[in-house]
Amino acid sequence: MSNSPSTPLAQFWERFISNRIAAVGFAVIVALFVISLCASFITPYDPDALDAWHVLLPPSGAHWFGTDELGRDVFTRVIFGARVSLKVGFVAVGIAVVIGTVIGLVAGFYGGLIDSLLMRLVDIMLCFPTFFLILAVIAMLEPSIWYIMVIIGLTGWMGVARLVRAEVLSLKSRDFVLAARVLGASDKRIIFRHILPNALSPVLVSATLGVAGAILTESALSFLGIGVQPPTPSWGNILTSGKDYIEFAWWLSLFPGVAILVTVLSYNLVGEGIRDALDPRRQ
Amino acid sequence: MTKYLAKRIAMLFPLLIGITLITFLVIHLAPGEPVDMATAMSPKVTAASRQRMREFYGLDKPLHVQYVRWLGHLAHFDFGRSFAPDHRPVTDKIVERIPVTLSLNVIALILEFCLAMPIGIIAAVNRDTPLDRAISVFVFLGFAVPTFWLALLCMYLFGVKLSWLPISGLHTLGSDKLPALLRLWDLAKHLILPISIATFGSLAGLSRYMRSTMLEVLSQDYITSARAKGVKERVVIYKHALKNALLPVITLLGFSLPGLIGGSVIFETIFSIPGMGQLFYQGVMARDYPLVMGILVMGAGLTLVGNLLADICYAFADPRIRHGRG
Repeated sequence: MSNSPSTPLAQFWERFISNRIAAVGFAVIVALFVISLCASFITPYDPDALDAWHVLLPPSGAHWFGTDELGRDVFTRVIFGARVSLKVGFVAVGIAVVIGTVIGLVAGFYGGLIDSLLMRLVDIMLCFPTFFLILAVIAMLEPSIWYIMVIIGLTGWMGVARLVRAEVLSLKSRDFVLAARVLGASDKRIIFRHILPNALSPVLVSATLGVAGAILTESALSFLGIGVQPPTPSWGNILTSGKDYIEFAWWLSLFPGVAILVTVLSYNLVGEGIRDALDPRRQ
Repeated sequence: MTKYLAKRIAMLFPLLIGITLITFLVIHLAPGEPVDMATAMSPKVTAASRQRMREFYGLDKPLHVQYVRWLGHLAHFDFGRSFAPDHRPVTDKIVERIPVTLSLNVIALILEFCLAMPIGIIAAVNRDTPLDRAISVFVFLGFAVPTFWLALLCMYLFGVKLSWLPISGLHTLGSDKLPALLRLWDLAKHLILPISIATFGSLAGLSRYMRSTMLEVLSQDYITSARAKGVKERVVIYKHALKNALLPVITLLGFSLPGLIGGSVIFETIFSIPGMGQLFYQGVMARDYPLVMGILVMGAGLTLVGNLLADICYAFADPRIRHGRG
């Protein structure tokens, strides 16, 4: 008895980390964060430094991932590109989670007309093919990573809103909420102190999976040339130039793609791991 | 049941209005105008001719007037004329692209269901075995791989390096002179890469869903009692469990309907397939407002109808809903 962790958080962590696949995904994400934060210490090269004498070199000891058509070190550009991807993932999903949580809380807690209006808005937004909507807006704005994050966030909150609303509906009638109300707690206090903390766990799963989706969307936009603009490296725009040289410089296309694949896969595995660890039927 | 149906159908109209409103706002609140695109490159364009162009397209009117006018046309299924130099009706432009995207996506969807459902069932029946884990990794790889990158690699490998398959378009130049059978073979070769990549990418959703529904059904009491009375495991799984696990799949099928016409921007751009995705991308890049709005409204409207149809089918298929509510 004394050895088993007692707090819910510690129990959750133990279940999560004992799932080997999820633990590997988590380790990869942590490593990516460390690498992208320390990027300038890891590589001796500047991501934007041109070098006309070392153009399109294959991978070697000096250039692990080779060099691109302007002589820039691909490894350096990939690890600096990680910053873009990780930032886009977090900010876009952050925006989506905040909007979705607020709308879900309000709809679930107040019910009635507000609830049906907000849920119809969710229904309408869910009808749009998301990538088309994002494309339509992004292409009309000045290219900027901030717009990309905001637009991905604004088109991705509906799932969270539905989840939070459903949780609130089931929590609202529980005894502890009733007790808080009897004790004279305000709506604000009941929502934020009593309901919100209990409604957040399903949001965690959908947010983790959302990060993976946002990273894929950003890379696709950058690949199409309307995302992150060169010379700022992003995995998507390195692939755009890789496409033109694929016949004689495979390394330009291979490494950024593997980076996207590994990152997105890790987030998905972590999301699944969290879902399993939270699932009461698995305890 | 009739009451439920009537309520759902009545709900369609406000939702459709909402779809048109959001489409209109999204397109018109963004900075810049299509007139800028047409005139920016040419210094000879005077302010007066710019103004004439804006009047011609109706862009000089206040937003709400433009919206109501557009909505009035929509009510007659008139999406207006394209801003592109050919000025063709948007409806014609969309309709001629539909067969390409539709046939491509129907094949991919059929493949997806044929592969993902057995995969999901096998994973559920062999839960937590190495086979289950291998399947998880496989479908997650498909989910995580950026399709445009996979397409790029496959085009290079099978198209350039091995030259087994053509890498762009739908027909080889001059293939229209070939006999029908060879022409079909030519088309099939062009479709192999896009369809297999699309299918690989979409396996995860349905197979994971199938796996979890199947697991849930397998833990029900009636399955235990079927096993207890000595029913063979095969019969338990394929007769008792599968029947109930298949129900929610109807909903998923409804969700995939709109995607059939939507098409994928990335795929169609990479493989130069003249479908809806490519049309939309070109429209967005040229700021062809009527075309972009037309595709958005059509795509969202079809999703709405698709979801409704799925819900109705579900209600008919599930006796709990058929006899409960309504």
